[in-house]
Order: sequence, then C-alpha cells, then structure tokens
Amino acid sequence: MNDLVFFLNKGITSGLIIGSIYALGAIGLTLIFGILRFAHFAHGDLMTLGAFVTLILAAALAALGVTLPLPLAFVVMFPAMAITAVLAIGLDKMFYKPLRQAGARPVVLVMASVGVTLMLQGVIRLFAGVRSRDMFVEAPKEIYRIPIPGATRKLVVTEPQILLMLFTIVAVIALHFFLTRARLGKAMRAVSDNPDLARITGINTEHVVWATWIIGGSLACAAGTMLSMDVTLKPDLSFNILLPIFAATIVGGIGQPYGAIAGGFLVGFCETLAVFNWSIVLRPFKDELWFDLPSNMSLVPTEYKLMVPFLILIIVLIYRPTGIFKGRVL
Amino acid sequence: MSSQTQNPIMRDIALFAALGVLVLVIFVSQGAVYSVRMLVEAGCYGIIALGLTIQWGYAGLFNVGIMGFIAAGAASSMLMTFPRNPDFWNSGGPELAGLFIVKLIACALALWLANNSNRWGVGPRLRALLITIAIAVSYLVLSFHMTVMSEEIEKASGWMGGLGLPVFFGWIIAGVIAGIIAWFVGKICLGLRSDYLAIATLGIAQIIKHFLKNADWLTNGTLTVSPMPWPVPSPADGEFLFARAAYLSVVAVALLITYLLLQRAYHSPWGRMMRAIRDNEEAAGAMGKNVNRRRLEIFILGCVLMGIGGAMLIHFTSIYDPSGFLDLNHTFLIWVMVILGGSGNNRGAIFGAIFVYIVWVMSEPLAVMLFDAIATYGNQWLGWEAPSDFLSRALQMRVFVIGLTITLVLRLAPQGLLPERQARH
Repeated sequence: MNDLVFFLNKGITSGLIIGSIYALGAIGLTLIFGILRFAHFAHGDLMTLGAFVTLILAAALAALGVTLPLPLAFVVMFPAMAITAVLAIGLDKMFYKPLRQAGARPVVLVMASVGVTLMLQGVIRLFAGVRSRDMFVEAPKEIYRIPIPGATRKLVVTEPQILLMLFTIVAVIALHFFLTRARLGKAMRAVSDNPDLARITGINTEHVVWATWIIGGSLACAAGTMLSMDVTLKPDLSFNILLPIFAATIVGGIGQPYGAIAGGFLVGFCETLAVFNWSIVLRPFKDELWFDLPSNMSLVPTEYKLMVPFLILIIVLIYRPTGIFKGRVL
Repeated sequence: MSSQTQNPIMRDIALFAALGVLVLVIFVSQGAVYSVRMLVEAGCYGIIALGLTIQWGYAGLFNVGIMGFIAAGAASSMLMTFPRNPDFWNSGGPELAGLFIVKLIACALALWLANNSNRWGVGPRLRALLITIAIAVSYLVLSFHMTVMSEEIEKASGWMGGLGLPVFFGWIIAGVIAGIIAWFVGKICLGLRSDYLAIATLGIAQIIKHFLKNADWLTNGTLTVSPMPWPVPSPADGEFLFARAAYLSVVAVALLITYLLLQRAYHSPWGRMMRAIRDNEEAAGAMGKNVNRRRLEIFILGCVLMGIGGAMLIHFTSIYDPSGFLDLNHTFLIWVMVILGGSGNNRGAIFGAIFVYIVWVMSEPLAVMLFDAIATYGNQWLGWEAPSDFLSRALQMRVFVIGLTITLVLRLAPQGLLPERQARH
C-alpha cells in the first residue's frame, strides 16, 4: 500500500502537474501554428516572461504588506496574464506583422521568432540574472499531507498543485465555450481551417490575430507562473521547455486545441513514468519475480528526460504526421 | 550606393578590402599570436557557415541544431585521434563495446525488417504491432547493455580513450558521423513542412549535447579531454606563432577547397535544380525533380561541412569540453553570419563568418568594460549597488544583440550585405 501511495505521489501527481503545464503552453502554440501558420519558437520564453511579470507584481504587493488567503503569486497571475497578452500583441506588431505583410515565407517568421526568443532571453537574464527564484514571496507554500487508510506513507499535495489543476480545468472549459459559442472563437476556427474562405465571408482577420495572441500569451503566462510556483522560477528554461510543448502540439495535431490538451498530458505522463523508478512498485512482488530487482529500474535515466518528448515527436512524425486528432500537415 | 548595387563585383571587392583593413588593424593593435588565433577560429566558422548557407541559401532548409552537428563531429574526431587508453584495451571493455555494435546492427536490421514488412504481404495492423515490438525490444536491449557497459568501462578504465589515428582521418569521420545523423533527421522531417525540421534539429542538438555531457565512459563527460592532437606541430613542440600559423594555413586551404567546390556546384545543373526547388517546389516537382531526395542530399552535405568545421574548431582549441557547446556560440552566431553576409552567396557566408566573428570576439571586452563602468559610476553617483553576478550579465547583453540583429536583418535587409546573384541563362 505504501508503494502505491509512493506511485501516486511520484508518478500520477507529477504527471498531472507537468501535463497540465504542457497543455496550457501547447494550446497557445497550436492556435498560433494553426492561425498564423508558423512555429512560434519564442513561446518558452514568453512563459518565463509571464512568470517574471507575476513575480514582480507579487513582490510589489508583498512589499506593500498585502496578505490574502490564497498565495499572492496566484492572485496576481490574472493581471499578469493581461500584461503578457498585451506584450505578446506588441511583439507581433513589432516583429511578425511587418514580415507577414511583406508576404514572407512561413520559415522566415520561424526565424524571426528565434530572434525574438533570444531577445527575450537576453532581456530577462540581463535584469534578473540566471539564479532560480522562489515565487512564494510572502510565506512558504502550504503542503497537505493526506493520510490514506492502510498506509503509513501519506499522500502529498501542495497548494499550487491544487490551484494549477483547478485553473487548468476552468481554462479548458472556458476555452471550449469560447471556441464553440462565441462569434470570435468560431471566427478563429474558420481562419484556422481556411484563411482565404474566412476572409471572403467577411471575418476580420486582424481581430482573429489579436485573439490568438491574447489567448496564447495569457495561457503562456499562466503555464510559466504555475511551473515556477510548483518548483522555482528558472530564467534559463527556454529550449528545454520548448521541446516537450512542441511535441505535445504535434502529437495533438496542429490547430487542434483539444489535441494540444491531450498531447500535453500524454507527453507529461510519458516523461514522468519513463523516469519513474519502477522497482519500488514491484518490490512487494519481489519473491514472485523471475529476476533480481535492481535498485533503480527506470526506463530512461533522469538526465535523459528530454529524450522522451523527442522520441514521441519522432515517432509521431514518422507514422502519423497529422497527430492523433487529425490536425493539418501544412 | 547605386553604382555598387549595379556592379556586384565592385561591391565584393570593396567589402573584402574593408575586411582586410579590419584584420590588419587587429594584427597591429593586438599582436600576431592573438590575431592568428582569431583568424583560425573565424576560418573554422567560415566552413560551418558554408554548410549552413547551402542548406538555407540553396535549398531553404531551416536548421537550428548546428551546435549538435558541431558537437557530434568534434566528439567523433576526438575519439578517432586521441591517444589510446591502455587500461581500456586491457580490460573487458573492447569486448563489451564490440558486442554493443553487433547488437546495434541487429536491432537496426530488425527495425528495418519490421518497417518494410508490408512488402511481404503483412497487413498494416500487424506491421504497426511489429514496429512497436521492434522499437520496444531494441530499446530495452540496447539501454540495458549500455548501462552495464558504461559501469564496467568506468570502473575498469575511466573512459574508452581514443584510437590514436591521424587527425585528417578524424576530421573525415567527423563529417561522416554528422552526415549519418543528418540522414536520420532529414529522412524523417524533409517530406513535411519546413517548421518540423527546425523543431527536430533543435531537439537533436539538445540531446546530442546531453548525451555527450553524461556519457562519461565514451567521452570522459564533463571532465573534458585535452590536449587534442593537431595535424601540424602543436605549440607544445615548438614555437607558438609558427604552430598557429601552420594550423591557419590548413584551415585556409580547407576553406578554399570547400568554397571552390561549392561554387562549382552552385553553377552546375545540380545547383540550378536546387534553386528551382527552393523558389517553387510545385513547379520543380512537376518537372519531375525528386524534391525530397534533393533536399536530403543538400541537408546531409551541409551537416557534413558543419561536422568537419566543428572538429577543426575543437582540435584548435585543444580542449574537448561538452559543456562548452552553446546554442548561442555554435548555432545562432552562425545564423547571424549567414543572413548578414547574404544567404545563398558563398562569398557572403565567408565574409559574414570572418566579420561577425571579429565583432563577436571584440565585443566581449567591450561589453565587460561597459558593465564595469555602469557598476562603478552607478555606485559612485547614485549609490546603486550592482548585483554580485553583474559582470556575467554582460554575456546576456550579447544574447539580446544577436536576437535583435536576426530580427532586424530579416526585416530591413533580407538579402544581406552580399546578396545572392541570380545567374541568368
């Protein structure tokens, strides 16, 4: 029983957490990919930027002596999401829109986004350095230890983890209603399916582009904040977080928000379960097994964790380039 | 300006003359030993930039994993040329390594058979099952063997050591290994849209670096390997300047040969076909050109050059350090060289490589000086206390400048300083 609780703590909980962070990032990425038709390489650093905006707001409030029942970082995340969305629109106006209007090939936009990611990295680390920071500026995070009948080990969940799961559920439901009921959401889906036809039917593509950056930027901010609340805020994350999110986007099918959610959880669970030490779960059965149980029996050593999303990406690209939800191969 | 654009040869001459003056100024102000070192490194970057300019300029392929190919080339060249480690050859290590290669080949064969099983009348479902089984079994077999092997080798002899072969042979192997990796990546991604290649190369570069950093048994990991052998008498044997000048001549000859061959390829029917594919894929396909196959060719060729250039660069620095491979220095700097110099123009790539590398090297002391001044005067005038890692942030300023240069060049001068000259036939 203890071993099962250990599995829940280390396998299921962390899979859910990292999966929802990937899902939040991948939704934005898949919308940008589907509507603006390029792979947005600056998404990882947009997440870091959002987390920093949150940190600055939280530190300012903490300095004013504000205390709230919820962690400050979570509360100020919502204004930070708005600020990040505005910043994302600004980046689009400055760097992507002129290229789009000049009729550049999509790959040139990809390259511009690589330039933007370097600029964001440079600015963030120039002002904040490279050391990790704690998002809990006012008080240490609360950790709940829930006793499980029949086990001495307790189920461990932290406050930011609960908030993250609640936020993900709310965000996904809200996004669903926005995309299926709201006029602008339907317009976004139309542009993603067929931009020329959408323009002919009188859809304002400018508004659609704005909506894309607002959703993408604010969800990136939320994902970055949640990730740094769960562990710490690391300014040098960029490419390491980008690869799993791209994997999630492509697994789910490009331009498919629901696919991105599924892909995010798939990649997140594969990652945690691959580095999970299975010998602990198998220990109760060690007498019945035909082999000696090694002390560490993870499928992938922790230092090669990045290989898991990459292998998923490669396998999907070879055998099903449209992704599980039948997105487009543009 | 207008006369220059009308007469591109004059433009070439003017820009290269300016570059020569710049090099001369550095020779006079910084001394010969330093300047020769800078030129050797710039020459190696020139070969890598030529590799990128054929991928991007000839064929429009977006490779953001240059660092991975450089690292793979450097590591394989190191393994070929570094002196033998007698402890390893006397232990059970060679046997395990040989067995690993046999198992690797067997697994590759099994995977190939499973993948091609539809030719022998196996249905799609059974084929998918066979492929899954083949991947799973080969992964388990190989990773288990690798764990055992790395433990054994690290216990017996620390690491494998090299083979002690001549350096030129090592450089050729560097190109071959980089080409094999490129074949895998290209085979998977080149049939799909261009963004996928960018994502996949980014991923493979990170993974190659992670692997080299952690594979202590193979490459000594982060403990680094030095001194790397030189193809010419190394500075340890004799005079410093002479040794570096000899290395410079080797690099210059390699650069010149690469340039002449590529120039010839550009003007040949093959080069014309490449540009046709880049400019209009559908039309080229309709003319009966095998688009994906040609792209694969040029992707592999470019990566081979990157591997060779990377090996030359690391041999020169004489220390192999896997944590020294950085996205910034070994991927994005090269992108700036190519797009600033003019993509699709070999002379532009060489000009960009040398010019950007000089600016890059010279900007380091300048940035540190600037930050030092800010810290000092900020403290004196405003009483502002600089953070302890303030000077290390000077590097971040350069990250920002690289990013800004990429976006500005794309927007304002997409052709670069030496634009591609379309030959009219």
